Amino acid sequence: MSTETAPPPPAVAPAEPSTFRKALRQKRFTVGLTITLLVVGFVIFAPYFAPYGESEVVGPPYSKDGFLGTDYLGHDVLTRVMYGGKEILIIAVFGTILGMALGTAIGVIAAYAGGWWDEVIMRFNDVVLAFPQILLALLVLTAIEQPSAWILILLVGVSHAPRVARLARGVALGIVSRDFVIAAEALGEKRSRVILAEVLPNMNAPLLAEGGLRLTFSIGLVGSLGFLGFSTDLGAANWGQMIQENRLGLSTQPWAVLAPVLMIAIFCIGTNLMADGIAQVAQRGEN
Amino acid sequence: MTDMELATLVPDPLEEVAPPRRQHGAAAWAVWLARRLGLALLTLWLVSVLVFLATAALGDPVRAILGRDYNSNPGRVAQLEAQLNADDSLVSRYFSWLGGLLSGDPGTSLANQRPVWEQISSSVVNSAVLVLLAAAVMIPLAFVVAMISVHYRRRRPDTVIQTILLAMAGLPEFVIGVLLIALFATTVFHVLPAVTISSPNGHPWDNPKAMVLPTLTLVLWVAPYVSRIVRASLLEVIDSDYVELARLKGIPEKVVMRKHALLNAIVPGIQVIALQLAFLAGGVVIVETLFAYPGIGRLLVDSVRNHDVPMVQALSMIIASVYVVVNLVADLLSILLTPRARTAISS
Repeated sequence: MSTETAPPPPAVAPAEPSTFRKALRQKRFTVGLTITLLVVGFVIFAPYFAPYGESEVVGPPYSKDGFLGTDYLGHDVLTRVMYGGKEILIIAVFGTILGMALGTAIGVIAAYAGGWWDEVIMRFNDVVLAFPQILLALLVLTAIEQPSAWILILLVGVSHAPRVARLARGVALGIVSRDFVIAAEALGEKRSRVILAEVLPNMNAPLLAEGGLRLTFSIGLVGSLGFLGFSTDLGAANWGQMIQENRLGLSTQPWAVLAPVLMIAIFCIGTNLMADGIAQVAQRGEN
Repeated sequence: MTDMELATLVPDPLEEVAPPRRQHGAAAWAVWLARRLGLALLTLWLVSVLVFLATAALGDPVRAILGRDYNSNPGRVAQLEAQLNADDSLVSRYFSWLGGLLSGDPGTSLANQRPVWEQISSSVVNSAVLVLLAAAVMIPLAFVVAMISVHYRRRRPDTVIQTILLAMAGLPEFVIGVLLIALFATTVFHVLPAVTISSPNGHPWDNPKAMVLPTLTLVLWVAPYVSRIVRASLLEVIDSDYVELARLKGIPEKVVMRKHALLNAIVPGIQVIALQLAFLAGGVVIVETLFAYPGIGRLLVDSVRNHDVPMVQALSMIIASVYVVVNLVADLLSILLTPRARTAISS
């Protein structure tokens, strides 16, 4: 997380670790972080402990065999859940990083350039904001036969960017007029250096909070796309897609739907608590 | 939601105010209104460019529609390309599409060769009813929860409410929807229908019970977020000097809350609600698909699956316009309700 929002050279006071340490004192942050790490650990390591193969048929469809029963094709639900978090995790994390990087760049440049540039950049930003995130993704998927992971990452990132840009601009506007930025400019520093070394390090806390919030929305977005049947590999296990596949069996074998739904819910609650913990630290820093 | 986020999330209506001019009253208002309308139209036009580029320029819809048949069926390829005018330049295709859109004819569906508008019109009404119903339940609920929370501020009930809201605020709509279905329709209780079944000529609200779960899903998805923002702005108002003064004058707490605090918290509330209405317009995509509700969201998902470009273009324009229009109305309302902003314009 720290590498995308805080690329300052070591000469600058390291603001990021202190934000993190302050956040660790927040109960909701530590609870959120623990939940998130547990889910991420589950997604990465659970496939090694899965009782069956990812696409192995173990019994009749929607039966009660095994811990969580079987799904619409007779796969073991527990196994599918253990395998199914990979796509959501990878695409959500990389999509969030891309969206934060793009959005921060747009917002900071708009705030720093000011005047006419600011007006034009934010006007275009408003245009993209008019599209709910899921709509922006669906729009591009219309003309594509089968999305690749890269396209999904790009869609998630681009749909976040205008929302991040709006926040980044607001935060940066409060910084670009401060004395140390004016001093750096007066010393003849290059514009890119002023932005990287003076403006960005001071935006750490609010950007980290936004990053956590964006990660929560990314998980929801990728899950929604999977639920609508848009995923990179239709045969692979995927929490979002499992909901879609097993919906008709909800009354006979609820676990085939509820297990992936609960995994997504726990993941979202974890990242959201984490984001709110950082947001409180960021707010306290303001006052 | 923190105050900091509130400040950046909610655009200050004063920001959009034209610089003070020498005109007075009505003339200044007309200038402000014209400027605001012009900006909305400009945004809508750019939205149409984006919709067109995303659907027509990024991929090859004909290849996506035909899939494996693309190479074996040159006749069908030629037919579809003719219907999409694929030989024309992108610019001329855009303007003929825009012309059609403005004259009320957004084209013909590729999937069933029927006019787009004929298929969309009833869905638009159905979705509008769903969104407005959800908003009508959500707004008072969010305000009431926020007021209860503020009444017990920094005490146990407030903490409990805020923790629950915080946990719910991160949940995607399909998670809420599926949990509600499992709870009320299939697994625990069997009191409400899990899907909307309506005849082609009827409306989904002919069976009111079927409206409950889709509406409730949208409400529970958005209300926690709105409620937290309203609480934050209520807390800010409550700590302000004029509320303190009202209390010191001996006005009962209930009246202070209602007359002094709530009214001043409504203006930031309007901007948030506007954002949420646009949010709901996006939320119908998932909720309608989940509950098989016959609205534009489900139609959009079906059209995207069929790679039906003209349908997707028209539906996206409708959904994106909601944001532009709702924002315009919210700005107008905020200005009308804020005396400070009113004088800023007309003086």
